[in-house]
Amino acid sequence: MSGSVLYDVPGPKARVRNRIYGALSTVALLGLIGFVLYRLDDTGQFQAGLWDDYEYTETQQRIVDGLVTTLKTFAIAAVLSLVLGTVLAAARLSDHKPVRWAAAVVVEFFRAMPLLIMIFLLYAAVFTSDPMWALVIGLTLYNGSVQAEIFRSGINAVPRGQSEAAYAIGLRKTQVMTSVLVPQAVRSMLPSIISQLVVTLKDTSLGFIILYEELLFVGKSFAQQTPPVNGVYAFIPMVIVFGSIYILLCLALSSVATWIERRTKRSRKGTPPAMPLNGAALTAETTAGGAGADGVQAG
Amino acid sequence: MNVLSDNFAMFREGFLGTVELTVLSGLLALVLGTLVAAFRVSPVPALRIFGTTWVTLLRNTPLVLLFLAVTLGLPALGLKGWDSFWLAVLALGCYTSAFICEAVRSGINTVPVGQAEAARSLGMTFTQTLGQVVLPQAARTAIPPIGSLLIALAKNTAIASGFNVSELGSVQKTLNAASGYNIYVIFLWIAVCYIIITFAISGLFRLLENRLAVAR
Repeated sequence: MSGSVLYDVPGPKARVRNRIYGALSTVALLGLIGFVLYRLDDTGQFQAGLWDDYEYTETQQRIVDGLVTTLKTFAIAAVLSLVLGTVLAAARLSDHKPVRWAAAVVVEFFRAMPLLIMIFLLYAAVFTSDPMWALVIGLTLYNGSVQAEIFRSGINAVPRGQSEAAYAIGLRKTQVMTSVLVPQAVRSMLPSIISQLVVTLKDTSLGFIILYEELLFVGKSFAQQTPPVNGVYAFIPMVIVFGSIYILLCLALSSVATWIERRTKRSRKGTPPAMPLNGAALTAETTAGGAGADGVQAG
Repeated sequence: MNVLSDNFAMFREGFLGTVELTVLSGLLALVLGTLVAAFRVSPVPALRIFGTTWVTLLRNTPLVLLFLAVTLGLPALGLKGWDSFWLAVLALGCYTSAFICEAVRSGINTVPVGQAEAARSLGMTFTQTLGQVVLPQAARTAIPPIGSLLIALAKNTAIASGFNVSELGSVQKTLNAASGYNIYVIFLWIAVCYIIITFAISGLFRLLENRLAVAR
């Protein structure tokens, strides 16, 4: 019940002290939130006029349209990036040196480039009239390269004995991959794969900068069109409304990852005695991969 | 091919802008991230809740939206007079701090339980245990993920070009608009600039890792 090894189960004195700290920090945090709300109210962000528009069906329709555009872009980019990731991972694990090298160069290059710079290039050079494809292809190239690395580390994390045994019973490389390694790799890397999909979803908002009409763009043009009430523009309400939508979308997707993580962890308990070592290796690799994916997630 | 030599001053300014933005927001992210990680493992529930909320909100918000929120929100809070550079530092720093917090926290989880137990049995308080025993070791194991987070941060600075900060992204924008140059050549030089920056960061962190890695 101690909760953490960093501190003892509090005794009477510590409990009093913790309660004092708790009260102080609660007051400080509530004070901060109060200050923000007070200032927002004071500068007139909560005037009814700025929020009325969200009640009209026409407005709601526009938000839904933006949402659909975002989700459509996300869906296409997600599928294409998973396909590209699979191809690149297969190429990086190939037996032929030139293929491995070429794939490594592609992966490293697209991981090192800021996504926005790439989307901008695609937009300016090829897709000026069709920003959606600039966004989709940019997202695919970047996230596909990251997914390739996730797949590869998942496959490398499968214990060597598995592929050795598979080769020993006479399977060919393709068979070893598809029927032994990939199923295990996908299972252990699923949380990382989904976290990367959350990144893909978040990054669709970069379309805002190339004037693609996704959710965030709808939000901004919407705030610009709402006439100011007493000299206040409707930007803060927009940030609050659209921020909540994005956070809910991403949380929904992340919770799928957490759910899968918990499920796979639970099922590992029932493995036969020889497995714990492998299980431990897998878990370690999954967390390492998870950290890697977190690192990537900021990108 | 003379895009670079014709516009060397602009490239230099953009390069330095990106470096400055990366360094300053990186420092902010490290400080904030460590602080929030300490909150998340502290015995005070209010601070733990604050830490969890901070991480959840920032990890699930698109960075562009956060830029918008900071740029539009701070003036509304009455904090006027920030120029766009410092607003960008604030947005990038807060965003990255959520990820740094998680890296540090998973670093804390790798410190053997015995270390914390020994510290407690010496009568150290929570702050002493965390600050003198656990965090230094956690920081050393968290070096590789923090390195990749800072690389991600360097790449994310490109978004600041959409908010009037002069860095490499704005060089691309300006040169694309000033036609006459081959777009791909511009892209190539900007790519080279970013590769220099990311290599510098990963080199630095490899050095740190070799020096400081905990042998377990």
